[in-house]
Amino acid sequence: APAALRALPPPPVAVGVLHATRQLHTTQHSLAPLPPLPEKGGEVRHGLIPEEFFQFLYPKTGVTGPYMLGTGLVLYLLSKEIYVINHETVAAACILAVIIYGIKRFGPDVAAFADKLNEEKMAKALAVKNSAIEGFQKAIEEEKKEQWRVEGRSYLFDAKRNNVAMLLEANYRERLMMVYNEVKKRLDYQVALQTLKRQKEQDYMIQWVEKNVVQSITPQQQKESIAKCILDLKALSKGAHASV
Amino acid sequence: GPLSERPLLEVRLGELHTWMSTCDFSPQGLLGAVQKAWNSYYAKYINVRRGGPTGISMLLAGYCLLSYSWNYQHFKRHRWRKYH
Repeated sequence: APAALRALPPPPVAVGVLHATRQLHTTQHSLAPLPPLPEKGGEVRHGLIPEEFFQFLYPKTGVTGPYMLGTGLVLYLLSKEIYVINHETVAAACILAVIIYGIKRFGPDVAAFADKLNEEKMAKALAVKNSAIEGFQKAIEEEKKEQWRVEGRSYLFDAKRNNVAMLLEANYRERLMMVYNEVKKRLDYQVALQTLKRQKEQDYMIQWVEKNVVQSITPQQQKESIAKCILDLKALSKGAHASV
Repeated sequence: GPLSERPLLEVRLGELHTWMSTCDFSPQGLLGAVQKAWNSYYAKYINVRRGGPTGISMLLAGYCLLSYSWNYQHFKRHRWRKYH
């Protein structure tokens, strides 16, 4: 509606005329979506006089009123020579004829071309918008999936905790084993030491006893024992002879 | 609505007097009025999706009339008859 359009910020006067663009997003309204452009402009009759003028005169003078007004005005201007006919009139008539012919002949083609350009622009903008929407929807889905994955956090941490506990247990048992081995080695050493000492004492004592015994055998005792042995042998041989 | 905010076309003839008194005749005010007028014309006849020759043809016709009126004294000398 024109009222809504009047409330919009004004474009600069120097902006080009046909299908020009507006300066968007320069006021506090910039966050709201802009209303779409109107399809057709204000109604104009014969390309020059707005329809509002005809509507304004209709109640009093009917349909032919404005035309009568126009004819009367033209006759008045001509007869009083307020409008003077000179060479420029002829030139203006020729130019007008050419312009009107051109518009009637090429108008629809130019309009179709301009519409096509507009369509392409709109299609591009729509494509961008749609791809952005799709991208965001995909992002939303992936975000939901990530949120679902987060629920499995507890399992992950349980597994990790189990791993760590197992490592600690294995380490503890390793060290326990090491302690046991070390202590056993030390105890074995002590035991071996004692056995060795005992053995050495025994050997030494046996040697000492043998040495003393050998020393205590005097030569005289030796002789006596040899003579006793000979006598015994003789007795034995006698007995053996007898048995054979 | 209040008198000062109504567009000129909706002001009645009897109220024209008071409407003129509410006008702002400083340079900024005049410039603002010109801008508003141009914007409403632009929005109505040019800045549409399927415009036509109407938008500028009215501007050109207005320009023709204006330039004729500016050069009226010159044209007066080329009248065909002296007494009308």
